[in-house]
Amino acid sequence: MSGKLKSGRQVVEGSYAVAHAVAMCRPDVISAYPITPQTHVVEDLSQFVADGAINSRYINVESEFSALSALVGASASGARTYSATTSQGLALMHEVLFNVAGMRLPAVMTIVNRSMSAPINIWNDHQDSMAERDSGWIQLYVEDVQELVDTTVQAYLIAEDPEVSLPVMVCMDGFILSHVFEPVDLLDQKAVDEYLPPFEPVSVLDPDNPKSFGMFVDPEYYMDFRYLVEQAMERSRSKIQDAARSFESAFGRYYGDLIDTYHTDDAEIILVAVGSLVGTLRDVVDDLRSKGASVGLLKIRAFRPFPADAIAEVTSGAKVVCVLDKNISLGTGEGAVCTEIKAALYNSDIRVPVIGFVIGLGGRDIPVSTVQRIVGKAEDVIKHGIKVESEFVDLKHSLVS
Amino acid sequence: MKEIRIHGRGGQGSVTAAELLAIAAFEDGMYSQAFPSFGVERRGAPVMAFVRLSDKTIRLRSQVYEPDYVIVQDATLIEAVDVARGLKADGMIIINTEHNPEDLPLKTKAAVRTIDATRIALDIIGKPIMNTVMLGAFAGASGEVTAESIKNAVRDRFPGKVGEKNADAVQSAYDMVVGP
Repeated sequence: MSGKLKSGRQVVEGSYAVAHAVAMCRPDVISAYPITPQTHVVEDLSQFVADGAINSRYINVESEFSALSALVGASASGARTYSATTSQGLALMHEVLFNVAGMRLPAVMTIVNRSMSAPINIWNDHQDSMAERDSGWIQLYVEDVQELVDTTVQAYLIAEDPEVSLPVMVCMDGFILSHVFEPVDLLDQKAVDEYLPPFEPVSVLDPDNPKSFGMFVDPEYYMDFRYLVEQAMERSRSKIQDAARSFESAFGRYYGDLIDTYHTDDAEIILVAVGSLVGTLRDVVDDLRSKGASVGLLKIRAFRPFPADAIAEVTSGAKVVCVLDKNISLGTGEGAVCTEIKAALYNSDIRVPVIGFVIGLGGRDIPVSTVQRIVGKAEDVIKHGIKVESEFVDLKHSLVS
Repeated sequence: MKEIRIHGRGGQGSVTAAELLAIAAFEDGMYSQAFPSFGVERRGAPVMAFVRLSDKTIRLRSQVYEPDYVIVQDATLIEAVDVARGLKADGMIIINTEHNPEDLPLKTKAAVRTIDATRIALDIIGKPIMNTVMLGAFAGASGEVTAESIKNAVRDRFPGKVGEKNADAVQSAYDMVVGP
């Protein structure tokens, strides 16, 4: 059983760490398509199953579409389910993503964030999951491997809460977190068992008591079903908070609820980011603060549901908000997070300038010096107002002009 | 925080060396982070891996631009790659070569150390796989990690005889660099 897997603090690869965390959640069914783009996450899980270290049924399927489709059936029959995918693989799941959410199936999936083709590129950005933001999946983004481990366990608690009953994507930066080796507390089975109760499905497929999932509904009812999903999303806000707080009580670690803040209370400039970039930004904030700059950091942990109220509260005293987006919503000139933050503030009485930076697409590295230049631009906005509302950072202008 | 960049060619175990160094440093009580340069791996092509060591949690996620140490597994890379790029003036570069430091065409103010790691690997391990040897040399030349932790990490990664031979090679390189 899972006692064969070592727990405790050690240096492991990020992908192994999430596989270990999934194993501790005792999934009944794991389904995945083992071809590029795939990751060590499901490779490690299939090894655990082959070694008899975990009791899950591992289904090797012929595409990502099938990987998630298999989980639809498994989850509807009351199984705790898991898959992991990335970039094109997630895109191939697109149709099924809506089905999982619409059927209110609490699957959990790790998204190893990578760019979308074309051109073909295997490196990190957030285009893959951001493009699925309307699918009805809760989306949680993590900053480091420990948060990844801990959030994976929290994800099941949130997803399976009867008042939520929605699927959750835990999004981790491809390569930057999936291939990094760093110290992490691998969770103990007993502690996870105490934190995460067995899955008690709201409704199950049962031959003795037949029901329909995802059935045909005409215009008389369809819209109402969609409203119910939105309501569940709303309710998930407090459940995400509860899961983070109860995890803190049990394990002593806390990463914020829907957001986290770092030195924002008195900050004139607030940097906003999701994912591993947040770590680099913490270093930059500390460095600039030591030199007298008034800089703070807002980390978006949940992108769905979107924490509009919390963002408004945190940014209300700022003089400028800089949103660093590892995605581009083509046709708007900016990333999705930037657009949504502007939307979140529009009907409030907060009139803080929001400027967008599309950054790190397709794995382009984000050095500290780049972030410092962004802060410099923010200082210009405070002095002179907005000149450029959104821009691509570190573009090779000689190539594109 | 100390930052280390490892240069090698695909197949020489540079990424493994970075991982083992992070594991060893953790055993020595440090925070550590190891990651590859995220290239598409091809045997023989120049590759890089990075390591950070610190007494505090490491939050920085960028590549390493101004390393304190550079480890070069294959001296033929000096002609192909600017291996000393960004190396701090008070840093150190450790190169696997049979030549002396002054015979190498390196542009750096940092200390240059050389070790014939391929020879040690052939003599002790029986194969020209020098990544663990270079870690022994790094431990000896830098003092940032202990040889014991490197050997433990090596034995843990390669169980049995292979691990023992690699651990012996680590110790041999360490002794050679530290001197009598």
